[in-house]
Amino acid sequence: MKGLTKDRLWAIAVLTPSLLLLGIFVYGFIARTVYVSFTDWGNDPAQALALNPIIKWVGFANYQELFTGFLQGRFRQEMVSTIFFTVFFILGCLGLGLGLALALDRNPKGEALWRTIFLFPMSLSFIVTGTIWRWMLQPQGGVNQFPTAVGAPASTFGWLSSTDSIWKFDWNLLPIITAVVVAIVMGVLAYRAFASGQRTRTIVAGASAAVLLLWAIFIAPNLKMLPAPELHGFNLALIGIIIAAVWQMSGYTMALYLAGLRGIPEELREAARVDGANEIDMYRRVVFPLLSPITLSAMIILGHISLKIFDLVYAMAGPDNTFASVPALNMYLTSFRQNQFALGAAIGTILLILVAFIIVPYLSSQFRTEESH
Amino acid sequence: MSKVQFKKALLVAAALAVTTSAAAAGKLEIFSWWSGDEGPALEALVKLYKQKYPAVAVDNATVSGGAGTNAKAVLKTRMLGGTPPDSFQAHAGQELIGTWVVANRMEDLSALFKSEGWDKAFPKDLTALISSKGGIWSVPVNVHRSNVMWYNPAKLKQWGVTVPKTWPEFITTCATLKRKGVAAPLVMGENWTQQHLWESVMIGTLGAQGWQDLFSGKIKFTDPRVVGAFTTYGKVMDCANKDASGLSWQQASDRIVDGTSAFNIMGDWAAGYFTTTKKLAPGTGFGWATSPGTSKVFVMLADSFGLPKGAKNRAEATNWLKVLGSKAGQDAFNPLKGSIAARIDSDLSKYNTYSKSAATDWKNSKIVGSMVHGAVAPESFTSAFGAIIDQFAATKNSAGAAAAAQQLAVKAGFSK
Repeated sequence: MKGLTKDRLWAIAVLTPSLLLLGIFVYGFIARTVYVSFTDWGNDPAQALALNPIIKWVGFANYQELFTGFLQGRFRQEMVSTIFFTVFFILGCLGLGLGLALALDRNPKGEALWRTIFLFPMSLSFIVTGTIWRWMLQPQGGVNQFPTAVGAPASTFGWLSSTDSIWKFDWNLLPIITAVVVAIVMGVLAYRAFASGQRTRTIVAGASAAVLLLWAIFIAPNLKMLPAPELHGFNLALIGIIIAAVWQMSGYTMALYLAGLRGIPEELREAARVDGANEIDMYRRVVFPLLSPITLSAMIILGHISLKIFDLVYAMAGPDNTFASVPALNMYLTSFRQNQFALGAAIGTILLILVAFIIVPYLSSQFRTEESH
Repeated sequence: MSKVQFKKALLVAAALAVTTSAAAAGKLEIFSWWSGDEGPALEALVKLYKQKYPAVAVDNATVSGGAGTNAKAVLKTRMLGGTPPDSFQAHAGQELIGTWVVANRMEDLSALFKSEGWDKAFPKDLTALISSKGGIWSVPVNVHRSNVMWYNPAKLKQWGVTVPKTWPEFITTCATLKRKGVAAPLVMGENWTQQHLWESVMIGTLGAQGWQDLFSGKIKFTDPRVVGAFTTYGKVMDCANKDASGLSWQQASDRIVDGTSAFNIMGDWAAGYFTTTKKLAPGTGFGWATSPGTSKVFVMLADSFGLPKGAKNRAEATNWLKVLGSKAGQDAFNPLKGSIAARIDSDLSKYNTYSKSAATDWKNSKIVGSMVHGAVAPESFTSAFGAIIDQFAATKNSAGAAAAAQQLAVKAGFSK
């Protein structure tokens, strides 16, 4: 009985309840949602809320409807919006957070006070932030009145009410765009592997890049996802929401970076200075490389927040402004207003997969580093 | 028996009497989204109910949030979880029918309508809107009108324009106003107010019969007349403000008051806003007309209460419905809510100037149901239609929007 020491028994006894609860209320419900997304629950209004609804298995029909259905243009725009939102939100938070951290790292006067002020927005809930920013971004008020302070005419930009979008592309081109982007990434990986002399890696990455490119050139143009071209792009109404989100989370990013900066031993900086590095070189060659694990953690935390974002958008633009909408909002409306539970579950599952793309590689790399220690 | 013992015995008897009567009294849970401004109106109804049935403990469960968006979500979880409230609020018509009646969750109230004489007290067009599959499914408490155009009489005089009677005339008036420097002759607000406007344009173009045929599936959204109405709607939108989705309906109404815009199409709850909040006199401070092309049509929406299957206190809930449908109940509720009674025999002296005119039209007009407020279309249609309106605003593609609406109608089950 080497395996079952008293210690182990205790551990099992203590862990069982939380494992059971997790199993049922997290993984059980995830499984249930994924199952529902493969059914037709709610497609027939008579069955949606019946006492004993007749639910049929329909396979990937709901997913097909979301990506190629005539009526689901809103969802496709939201997918595009969420990608733009995530990119700008992460860039904004990282840039502003790093800037603030670098400024505070030079120990300015009242550093503790500034730190608190910058960190404070994070303690608000997204609903509060959203309400405040909605007021400030009103067409006739707040931010749009700033120019009048210097005598300029008031701005008329529709922060949350704009219906314009830029960088538009046809949804039918999505397979080609995706294939080309992945092929480029693979190409870069192949080049790097080649540079560091890893032969198998070079061949695998290079070959997959070539296959993807060939597919994009010869097969993808014949694929028609939609009967008519459908343009999606970056909706300008999202800019206001991105600003509010960056305002809220950049203080947190600053705290992460500040901790990282404080963790860099002074000796390293001194050594760099002794070796003749000027201030810019020191940051480029010493400080920033040492901060890269922090950047990665920050990107993952911010990335999953932005993919799941719901409350901020709900508070700022309301549920029915399709120009500033995200998939999580659509999931709520589809399930609880239109009673299309299966379609809602499919949107939820897509969101889960998107978040998993970010979280799982991070977790596995964490496990690996822990085991190697 | 000593005096003390006698007193004790009396007390015990009294205590027993109290407990038995309390046990017999029972409870009633009513579920609504009437809080805030509409709270007092509901309170008046509850007070009336308590006068009639003093022993019943009324649990007034409200979930606040405009037009009941939050309340409806809570209601769904309660119904699915098997604990329905005894009676709940729902927009009269397809919003209730398309969600709960088709799912076989509601009780037929035909017998109640007969015994209370409601089949005569309510207009026939209204009863038709709340009926389906041979049953009547809810008791309408109040009536609001959707097709009202609001304006500022002094400003119209200053601009020298009159109230347009048809949509083509409206577009001409709009051009005149634009020449006179009014940037946005029409003001609209967030998405649902745009659907509200769309509804008025559609009815004003198709007529009441065409509108009814559209939602009974007799004519399709791809019909040339409907596509033409979409085009008209696009032209009407060109007259409107560009920051619409940032405005609530109150903020949109404010622009009529301050003269930024000339017209606003909004339901008649705006009358309450103008008189109570803005302290304006009806007729001089603010004016109203039926929206263009709908002079003899009353586009109605109503709040109603139904009786879910499996209600724990069925008898009390039935009594509640009786109070709601009674003349006393409707005349207690509606003057406070700013709506008119669904009954045609209400006591008009209790109502304000606007409501009196609306009540007269209620008796004399052709009644049709509103789409955006849930009377003629199920939730699955109305909720998704918002995206079509937004897309139309961006593309102005009438044929595309009509085709999308037709697919949605097929999916929602009222068209083929």
